[in-house]
Amino acid sequence: MIAWYEQLFYLAVAFPFIGALVASPVVRLTGRLAPYILALFPAAGFLLVFALSEQIQGRQIMVAGFDWIPSFGVRFSFRLDGLSYAFALLVLGIGALIVLYSGGYLSKSAKQGRFFAFIFMFMGSMLGLVLSDDLITLFIFWELTSITSFLLIGFEHERETARRGALQALVITGGGGLALFAGLILIREVTGISSMSGLIDDPEAIMRSGAYVPILILVLAGAFTKSAQMPFHVWLPNAMEAPTPVSAYLHSATMVKAGIYLLMRMFPMLGGTPLWEIVLPLFGGVTLVVGALLSIRQSDVKLMLAYTTVASLGLLVMLIGIGSELALEAAVLYFIAHSLAKACLFMVAGSIDHGAGTRDIRALAGLWRTMPVTFAAALLGAAAMGGLPPLFGFLAKEEVYAAVAEAGPGLYAYLVTAAALVGNTVMFATILVVALKPFVGSLPSGLRKAHETSFLVWFGPLLLGVIGLLAGIFSEVTHQFISNPMAPPSIDEAVAITISVGFHLGPALYLSIVTIVAGALLYWKSQAVRARIAGILSAIGWGPDRGFDQLMRGLIAGSFRLTNVLQPGRLDYYMRVTFLVVVVALWSAMVFSGALPSGVPFPSLYFYEWMVLGLIVLGLLVVANAKSRLAAVVSLGIQGVAVALLFMLLGAPDLSFTQFMVEILSVAILALVMTRLRLMPADRRPWREVIPEMALAVMGGLGFALFLMSVTQMPFDSSVSEFFTRYSYTVAHGRNIVNVILVDFRAVDTMGEIAVVLTTGAAILALVRIRVSKKDRQGTRKKKRMAQAESL
Amino acid sequence: MRTVIFRVSAPYLTSLMFLFSLFVLLRGHNEPGGGFIGGLIAASAIAVYGMAVGVEAVRRSLYFHPIVYAAFGLAMAVLSGAASVFAGFQFMTGLWAFPQALGGDVPISSTLFFDIGVYLVIVGAICAIALSLEERYSD
Repeated sequence: MIAWYEQLFYLAVAFPFIGALVASPVVRLTGRLAPYILALFPAAGFLLVFALSEQIQGRQIMVAGFDWIPSFGVRFSFRLDGLSYAFALLVLGIGALIVLYSGGYLSKSAKQGRFFAFIFMFMGSMLGLVLSDDLITLFIFWELTSITSFLLIGFEHERETARRGALQALVITGGGGLALFAGLILIREVTGISSMSGLIDDPEAIMRSGAYVPILILVLAGAFTKSAQMPFHVWLPNAMEAPTPVSAYLHSATMVKAGIYLLMRMFPMLGGTPLWEIVLPLFGGVTLVVGALLSIRQSDVKLMLAYTTVASLGLLVMLIGIGSELALEAAVLYFIAHSLAKACLFMVAGSIDHGAGTRDIRALAGLWRTMPVTFAAALLGAAAMGGLPPLFGFLAKEEVYAAVAEAGPGLYAYLVTAAALVGNTVMFATILVVALKPFVGSLPSGLRKAHETSFLVWFGPLLLGVIGLLAGIFSEVTHQFISNPMAPPSIDEAVAITISVGFHLGPALYLSIVTIVAGALLYWKSQAVRARIAGILSAIGWGPDRGFDQLMRGLIAGSFRLTNVLQPGRLDYYMRVTFLVVVVALWSAMVFSGALPSGVPFPSLYFYEWMVLGLIVLGLLVVANAKSRLAAVVSLGIQGVAVALLFMLLGAPDLSFTQFMVEILSVAILALVMTRLRLMPADRRPWREVIPEMALAVMGGLGFALFLMSVTQMPFDSSVSEFFTRYSYTVAHGRNIVNVILVDFRAVDTMGEIAVVLTTGAAILALVRIRVSKKDRQGTRKKKRMAQAESL
Repeated sequence: MRTVIFRVSAPYLTSLMFLFSLFVLLRGHNEPGGGFIGGLIAASAIAVYGMAVGVEAVRRSLYFHPIVYAAFGLAMAVLSGAASVFAGFQFMTGLWAFPQALGGDVPISSTLFFDIGVYLVIVGAICAIALSLEERYSD
């Protein structure tokens, strides 16, 4: 019985992917209407998820899915609870606005259809990620976001910087994804639980397992790389090479927030330990301060915003790390406020770029006259980001300060408070620069052509800014629909968030005032500060970004070196290595498992069997002493024929028959080729080459002999051969068991084998032809040159 | 290699070897033999003929490219296995018929056709390799 909401789930997840499928044709067919039509897909998904808000508020948890790989216990399953609900709403809601915005922003691009397809795929992956319940499903969507963001960041792939940014993002987030994969598998192995729901129901499972520390490290590696924590943050500023709508989306609701989502999701299972409360605030705090300082150092609007994202992510990680009730509430509020404000500000940055033709803060001024709507959106976004009342961001910042002020023991609280204060102050200054500098003052002559952008471009940011304002004023409604549902899975008991714009005294308010005053001062001196930080950075010189380049170069050089060792392209080397491996495997397996045969029985043979054995040994001696290769081949054939004779004497006529034919054919073909090649002269090598190979040969032969002896000493299980003897004639009407096995009992095997023979034949044919045709080409080139010479 | 004696006797030798290979192929189900060995014998026969009269003559007398025989053999093997599917059994189940001819039972089965397929694959693939090698170094 499928619950009614399951279809809604599937539909909501399917909508973005359907959008990706139809994007290109829709753009081709409807032209300017396309963004409106395409925005309906995420909008419809948004409404579908929102329709479940009543259930979510009633703390109902909805799980849907089907068995995917039952033998490994892998399901393809989704889970909608408060946390994933809030994330899904943001992904789809902001996604719809981004689609509209991209329609205006890229209206002249010929690649619009492809762009929409990519962004829809990305949206779907992100949605799947926050909704997935099964750990493997989660990982697949996690990696899908990496891959689709790679496509988006490198969208303008003609530019080298875009390709580098895309590759860097893929390497870093993909590498982290592999660590996460290992962590998830470890969780499955040690706890036997394969879904988020199972882990949430039994949050102590990981702690009990004893593998807590490795699991934590692996999961954090995934979350930190995705959410751009120091020193993995480098990919995020470089991802600014993506078209602005992508940046707006990546930084607000998706991609970088995936790590935050994972941390919030795993908090009940992994959080609350001393390790968690040290590692996360440490990384988060450093990221916050460094990101903020780097943000004010930039002069490109997009880069400034990018570094404030890094700083905000640091703040979020720090809050989740503190892990108190208040801190988690603060993280939830800040997350929502940041998503709304950052999307708005990025779209504003794109509008400035579009309207004025530059994003350099030093060249921009006075745009408020020509771009008033964009200015309004920028002010709203900045006020929200900076945390001014009565916007929603204000609530978030108050809660952040309240949380850090009461965190942990004395020193801990001072440290996190200091980090939050410094980070927020510098971020506030940066945001002010972004929102004010381009608009105030007098319009420079170079920007006379600046113009307000189209409806599609200014609609999204303005709407988000207004939502930020309304969400703050009517905070009760916001809390009811988003903040409260989002919080409970992270917090032990259900606690209602009640913070509103209303007046309140306390340390949080004082810290806010300090932030605003100091931030304004910093804004006033921003140019001097920028120069100062730039000076310090150039004095340091080496950063993670250059480190990444060096790492990649080292990786490539190292792989070349490794390839030269492993694949030198010499056949004798390969054969030596192969035989060495065989010898080592044989001997070590027998010695370590104690399977060496106990004593060698003296064989009791008839005199003619002795003669055949003698023939074999004689053949071998001749091979070893052969002066020419042809003689070696022929004497090897003699030895093979003697073995065939042995088979026949011991009662295996089929085997012996085949061996005869193979020996004859191989000798004939080899002899044929060699006579044509004129490889008659002997091959003489120095002793220092011969001796190791001889040792290898002896060890190999001896190893196989001992191995076979130990096998024959095992008790023989004759049930299979008895089966064949009994049923060969009655079932398959054949008295020759070997043939019956080949063509009847195990005919599918034989079919595979002859397919291999055919493929090998075709491959050899192709190889031989390549050499011949190369010779032909040389011949025709020579002919051409001669013809040219004659015509001269 | 191309002595007069060899060149004169090679066609007879080849014919005999071919005949023998067919004999080995058909008796394989009850006595030592079968498609694999029969195919190897036939391939040797062709190699002998090639040594005597040259690759070009062998190619002409084969009419198709040897790899075509191999592909045909594989198709035959697969189809003979698929025949049982159409008859309502599992893939590769042997089907048997015992029609009366020349005063005795002549057992005919899908496994026989399977074996003939193996035979053709071996002959075709090995001939293709051997002929191309000879050709490459004979110029």
